[in-house]
Amino acid sequence: MSNQEQNSPVLEIRSLSKKFVKPLDFAGKIAQKLGSNIREEVVHAVDGVSLHVNKGEVVSLVGESGCGKSTLGRMVAGIMPPTSGEILYKGQNIASLTGEDAREVALKVQMIFQDPFASLNPRLRVRDIIGEAPLVHKLTTAAEQDDYLDDVMLRCGLDPSYKRRYPHQFSGGQRQRLGIARALAVQPDFIVCDEAVAALDVSIQAQILNLFIKLREDLDLTYLFISHDLGVVEHISDRIVIMYLGRVVESAPTEELFAKPNHPYTQALLREIPRLDARHADFTPIEGEIPSPLDPPQGCHFHPRCPFATDRCRQEVPQLKSVAPGHMSACHLNEG
Amino acid sequence: MAAAVQDDGINPWRTFASDFAEKKLAVLGLIVFVALIAAAIFAPWITPQNPYDLNQIDFLDGRLEPGSVGSQITYWLGTDDQGRDLLSGIFYGLRTSLAVGAASTLIALVLGGALGLFAAYFGGRVDTLIMRIADLQLSFPAILIALILVSALGQGVDKVIISLVAVQWAYYARTIRGTALVERRKEYVEAATCLAISHRRIVFKHLMPNCTPPLIVVGTVQVAHAISLEATLSFLGIGVPITEPSLGLLIKNGFDYMLSGDYWVSFYPGLALLITIVSINLVGDQLRDVLNPRLKK
Repeated sequence: MSNQEQNSPVLEIRSLSKKFVKPLDFAGKIAQKLGSNIREEVVHAVDGVSLHVNKGEVVSLVGESGCGKSTLGRMVAGIMPPTSGEILYKGQNIASLTGEDAREVALKVQMIFQDPFASLNPRLRVRDIIGEAPLVHKLTTAAEQDDYLDDVMLRCGLDPSYKRRYPHQFSGGQRQRLGIARALAVQPDFIVCDEAVAALDVSIQAQILNLFIKLREDLDLTYLFISHDLGVVEHISDRIVIMYLGRVVESAPTEELFAKPNHPYTQALLREIPRLDARHADFTPIEGEIPSPLDPPQGCHFHPRCPFATDRCRQEVPQLKSVAPGHMSACHLNEG
Repeated sequence: MAAAVQDDGINPWRTFASDFAEKKLAVLGLIVFVALIAAAIFAPWITPQNPYDLNQIDFLDGRLEPGSVGSQITYWLGTDDQGRDLLSGIFYGLRTSLAVGAASTLIALVLGGALGLFAAYFGGRVDTLIMRIADLQLSFPAILIALILVSALGQGVDKVIISLVAVQWAYYARTIRGTALVERRKEYVEAATCLAISHRRIVFKHLMPNCTPPLIVVGTVQVAHAISLEATLSFLGIGVPITEPSLGLLIKNGFDYMLSGDYWVSFYPGLALLITIVSINLVGDQLRDVLNPRLKK
């Protein structure tokens, strides 16, 4: 599926970080002045993540909830500014663009959201939900809007005669299609899917995933697919990136990752996917809770839950290193 | 989906009207409210007497009981101490009360609503500044602020409206901010941001329509509140001038005679005030239900 060799990355992220700081209130500041050790609470939601997505590729970002994958997606989609690091779209740094160029790039990167209920404005009709942005950005005119919308809606498997309806008159799967149609209406070429099927029934999940695959072929799209479920992304991704507490721990082509997972965290995740051929197996959840991002462990973030942790893991942060062609992993164990 | 309304070609106003009519009490409230507005607007043409034209008043008809026949007309609701027909007085009073209530509510709603929306959407310093002023204002009793302002600005309908706006805007700002803070974090706002839609458009086209239901409820309660606040100010003698009587002023006029058995001088204006406020609240409650598409069947 992938043709990475011929293409340069559509999107490249360079050591992107996002910190959420809860500033001290007035009383806290006074306490600090008086020598108390109260400090501002800082959550390092995304901690120096680098990755690239080539044209036509589907890259999946997988991790437990709270690992920063959605924050990363929102920064890529331009909804949230990063604290540090760069996002490059076709080689241009997004932050350095202004005016017309910035708008153009912003439209080229679109996002599809998790909650098909909260992601559609309940007071707008379908034609306004999908048609507002193309009209505002002059991708179509008022006169041609109807045809334009018919086209987009048909592409997403929606009946164009529903244009005058409100979102609450649709089912979950149809609403997700509306969300997809809204994103496609501005002619993007990179789409961030933030848990786009997590809120849907399993049968509907398959339909929507198939729609994503079909749209990629029709429109030459590139996806960054964010999910907590390796089972869902297995069939549609070319490459999988595993995140844990704000850092990338492993990145590999899908088949390789499933066949030869390197990082202990990835191995643990893979063991937990329910499979038909393992229906009698006992599932053993990964021990322990995901640590508080307010106070992440020293060294390798995964060490408190890792069965193989050594002293080095408790002190030194492992770097992403190549373990096979195209396969990167951040684990000290690889160095024996 | 089976229950989905295919509303192509159907007039949305008609749907709105039929939804509203589902609650009979609300319809009654609306009818009464419209009748009151009509009575207020057409007061000069439908009242038997212009109570503030001295030529039409007979001082000897003072404090006549309801239903008494005076020298020129029958006083269905009696007269006050000056011999003015109370029915006419109430219609004229309604005119002032409703105008003051509606004008002050409308201005406060637009002002407070916009400030609250900006506070919620932009957050940070804008939010702190606007909301601390609102807090400061709300920490004083409304009647105290109104009293201070009216006594500082002087008498007059416009001064009363200004002080009512100053008292009320904070309620709207606070209400809409609360709703907007919730709405602003919803994914449809993020989607609009992602679609590079301007701040102004997001605030007014996406955020505002989703924040209005509580505002309408607060708004109607506040119309009633504004009317009664104005009545209070007038009752205390610092509201509207006696040349432009409101219901509160009429109640004040009769208050001295309450204990001497001439109840009607205060009672009927008071009843008119009560009916006005109840009918507004009935309409407001139903409006809230109808304007929320999520409650639609």
